[in-house]
Amino acid sequence: MIDRRRFLSFSAVGAGTLLVAPRMALATVSTDQRFVFIIQRGAADGLNIVIPYADPAYAKLRGSLAIDPSRATKLDGTFALHPSLTETAKMYGQGQALFVHAVASPYRDRSHFDGQNILETGGAQPYQLKDGWLNRLVAMMPKAREGAIAIAPTVPMALRGQAQVISYAPSALPVPSDDLLLRVGALYAADPQLHPLWTSALAAQGLAEGSAASQDPASLGKLAAHFLVKPDGPRIAMLETGGWDTHSGQDGRLSAQLKALDTLLASLRDGLGAAWRQTTVLIATEFGRTAAANGTGGTDHGTGSVAMVIGGAVKGGRVVADWPGLSQTSLYESRDLKPTLALDSLIAGLSGESLGLDPAHVARTVFGSTNNMTGLIAT
Amino acid sequence: MPNTGLSSVAIALNRFGLGAKPSDPVPAGPKRWLMGQFDRFDTKPAGFAALPDAGPMVKAYREQQQAMRQMARSSPPAEATAGKTAKTAGQMAMRRDFVADVQALYRQAIQARTQSALETQAPFVERMVHFWSNHFCVSADNPQTAAFVGAFERDAIRPHVLGRFEDMLLAVEHHPAMLIYLNQIQSVGPDSLAAQRAGLRNPSKARGLNENLGREIMELHTLGVRSGYTQADVTEFARALTGWSVGAQGPRDDGNADDFVFRDKLHEPGGRTILGKTYAQDGEEQTRAILVDFARTPATATHVATKVARHFAGDVTPPPLVSRLAASFAKSRGDLPTLYHTLIDSPEPWTPAPLKFKTPWEWTISALRGLGREQIGQLQMAGVQSQLGQPVWKPGSPAGWDDTAASWAAPDALLRRVEFAQRLVAPVGDTLDARALGPKLVPASLSDATTDQIRRAESPGGALALLLVSPDFLRR
Repeated sequence: MIDRRRFLSFSAVGAGTLLVAPRMALATVSTDQRFVFIIQRGAADGLNIVIPYADPAYAKLRGSLAIDPSRATKLDGTFALHPSLTETAKMYGQGQALFVHAVASPYRDRSHFDGQNILETGGAQPYQLKDGWLNRLVAMMPKAREGAIAIAPTVPMALRGQAQVISYAPSALPVPSDDLLLRVGALYAADPQLHPLWTSALAAQGLAEGSAASQDPASLGKLAAHFLVKPDGPRIAMLETGGWDTHSGQDGRLSAQLKALDTLLASLRDGLGAAWRQTTVLIATEFGRTAAANGTGGTDHGTGSVAMVIGGAVKGGRVVADWPGLSQTSLYESRDLKPTLALDSLIAGLSGESLGLDPAHVARTVFGSTNNMTGLIAT
Repeated sequence: MPNTGLSSVAIALNRFGLGAKPSDPVPAGPKRWLMGQFDRFDTKPAGFAALPDAGPMVKAYREQQQAMRQMARSSPPAEATAGKTAKTAGQMAMRRDFVADVQALYRQAIQARTQSALETQAPFVERMVHFWSNHFCVSADNPQTAAFVGAFERDAIRPHVLGRFEDMLLAVEHHPAMLIYLNQIQSVGPDSLAAQRAGLRNPSKARGLNENLGREIMELHTLGVRSGYTQADVTEFARALTGWSVGAQGPRDDGNADDFVFRDKLHEPGGRTILGKTYAQDGEEQTRAILVDFARTPATATHVATKVARHFAGDVTPPPLVSRLAASFAKSRGDLPTLYHTLIDSPEPWTPAPLKFKTPWEWTISALRGLGREQIGQLQMAGVQSQLGQPVWKPGSPAGWDDTAASWAAPDALLRRVEFAQRLVAPVGDTLDARALGPKLVPASLSDATTDQIRRAESPGGALALLLVSPDFLRR
């Protein structure tokens, strides 16, 4: 056996957490509207988030993983919401949330990394595009004084590209002396890669003064809101969440994940105050999970999933779906929820309408396509 | 300006090695110095050797949990909720203790890894350990994986870093850290003996396949994504993998939680067809044969070659180098020293312009070595690396950490390095002269701008911090 006292001497310093902390990035453009993209890395299980309880095949496919509709919030005659999403359910009731089901990016294989690349670049093939759709969207907006900001040690793919990006994360390390900061600035002055990064870092430091310095879901939502409400602050944000890859123990893990997401959304809403009326939040994942439970209390990589659209600007209180059904012959490759709606089209229409851009123009510029799903934003 | 001309000594020390140490003599012949390290590599340095086995701790925890569950079933507490028994205070306390023990072991392993990087006589080989550990990564995001993660690098990676790829592959896929991390221990053949018996007892609680490990072996460890395999190949491989498990899983299992165990009762019977080839073997041998074939497939050679090229010759991999490395890998049947020889003998990794932006781990290790630190001591590397954005052995995904500048060169990451550099130089500021140290760390290549800023710094500590965050030292 291991001597606990000896180990505790190691663990005394900097108590860490075993959970994966969510991360954030923001972009500053000239508008009063707010657009937030939350990525669920790891393939979130759409079928247990927005549950097709009226589909006769659901309970059978999911077995003990099936969510009992009596515990869930009924959304309409077909769908119910996972019981952990209590605040989201309230927003649905107030017409501030809608769900787009059986939706997917153009990607049809089952690699997380290729799938996330397509979700973030908006390309048709993995690694075909070198910049992210959110960056291209930022480039379409009137320029503001500041660039984009990533509240993460690094910039996520969706925000990489031509439009400049800033990053910021709460730090536990001592603040460097002003003298050192100045001299580092001089040292980087002629370096084409480091100079813009350094300028952005100092700008983000200034913006973040007086904000929360923790990365739990409530603090993260509050921190995002802290940036988004500033008069000259950023208007576009991206939050990264992980931990959705529920190959086993899905029941408890998905409940905890959704509880955290729900907390994050509520604190974002509360922190935004009056600006919530001008806010649209899109939550999407790289692909869904198998329609049937696997052999280990979880689900494996699948295809179609659900996207959530939340915010004061949203024409909510409904589920948007062309439901393909879960019978064996309806499934994609006899195993996954078949996508009947396109995520690209949703993103183009939603981001265009919510930011006051022509959705068809967004579709062409950002995705090189004509498809755009409209009517999701209250006018 | 980025310095445009690294000397070959500076390249050997920084791009191939882990950064210069001021006490080490300047290598006379850079290539000879690198190849000479193959004989000096210490497979099991003292810190790793002293790492306790996690098995007894994990086994005791599993047993305690089972006993508690048994007790809870026989006398359910009043607050038991529908279908599920609430965790008792005792169970929760036990879990807290276990998590604390695992965290301590995890931190100790990180200290051992760092110490080994500071004291090694073979910094290039040590770099390859870090490379392979990331290629075959497990992510210590849950305590059951975190318990084994140090042992994984010690026992599955280090012994094979100068061996053959397929031996490392077999060691990795047999290791409890990997089998637990990618859910293999839960996967059950749908027609296996265990599934049939369970089906008879309780038809609603059928257990079956989990294809997580099978998919990631094909996609990440060997063939590479989009190399031609199908979903049917993945599922078929997942069937073959059933039975691959670890010891001490049940109350009547007196095995060791550190050990691989093949559980015949969980194994899906029958032959498997993968990538058009049929594997008729029984039991454990079936997957072993498949893995060896994967290791010898041309797609794997290209996949490995591309990653090695990216690590040493830049984020945009030069196609001639990839072809040369792939051919060397294929011809030598994955003999890793042969692959390293081909790499060192190639012109592309010796390009004088800096090709790589150091990851937080690379930067920290090179900074510690550069300041002449021989002992890691009380510096807690787990916390440092979390702050710098690369928590050790926690990439959060089985793909491991990304190896391109776009993932690491970001505003906030840069600020973190400046903060940490300031902290690191505080105790040594008066004892080291950055003006003399600079040319030792980046021999014959330190840029004029950096030399100038160091000369003009207001204090010795400030000068050292500037050296560590200079463009010359952030890149390799």
